[in-house]
Amino acid sequence: MGYAKQEEVLDSFGTDKPEGPISASILAAGIGSLALGVLTTLAEASAAVKEFLTFNQGVGPLSGKTILAVAVWLGAWGILHPALKHSPFESRKALILALIMIALGLLLTFPPFFQLFASE
Amino acid sequence: MSFTGREFWGVVHGMGFGALFLLAFGGGIAGFYSLRQELLTAAGVRERMRRLRIGLLAMAVAAWGTVITGTWIVYPWYRDKAATSPRSQLLADPSTEQWHTFGMEWKEHVAWISPILATVVAFIALYYGVNLIKHERVRKTAMALFVLSFAIAAVAGGFGALITKVAPIR
Repeated sequence: MGYAKQEEVLDSFGTDKPEGPISASILAAGIGSLALGVLTTLAEASAAVKEFLTFNQGVGPLSGKTILAVAVWLGAWGILHPALKHSPFESRKALILALIMIALGLLLTFPPFFQLFASE
Repeated sequence: MSFTGREFWGVVHGMGFGALFLLAFGGGIAGFYSLRQELLTAAGVRERMRRLRIGLLAMAVAAWGTVITGTWIVYPWYRDKAATSPRSQLLADPSTEQWHTFGMEWKEHVAWISPILATVVAFIALYYGVNLIKHERVRKTAMALFVLSFAIAAVAGGFGALITKVAPIR
């Protein structure tokens, strides 16, 4: 298939969409991952936070950490999506920012790290 | 030959949802990789994208199913205060306590990042549809998030399988 034909194929797919909503979803994922890490370390550092996050006795503080992290993720997505809906915000830029937040989230959920902050 | 109720949910969590997610990764990454203008016709792109969208959506559902059943059904049995619970057994022996203090503590938290990333990847495929083939940068971004989602799930799944081997839930 020649180059001109390929262009026709792409045109046949109709109107394109802006990249902003993609970036919004990626940034929100980074924020949610970071929130999970922050809550994990805070729960380790403070008995009061750990108790507050125990939404369910069977599951323990993991219940609050995960419910709130998902709420933060969805909330961030809900705010960023309309804000970037018509924006050409590049997904690569969003990916870099999100990867930094995800890396921090991974560090803050890594036991040898968050256990450094363990309360007595 | 039978399962207890707890063993059944352990199987649903790990070998049902978890294994479905991990196994489907191969198909998903192949679909993304080959989604290139020079390789496909218009009909090929449409067919590929339909399969990719269904597959990615199923993977996101499987990832959520894994963490929800794991956290809300299986985990309470694992962390039960009884001396016979897997957590109690692991912590009672210095040679196995790190399966909990490192393995389980990491797995139970980090696993939740995987479905969030899988959902973003599914959203990207649903949002752009066939037009994704025009966005090389977005396709590569989606692949990066997809691989990261898989890697995190693999860490969680790997520890889950090993911990279950050392201290099964019965």
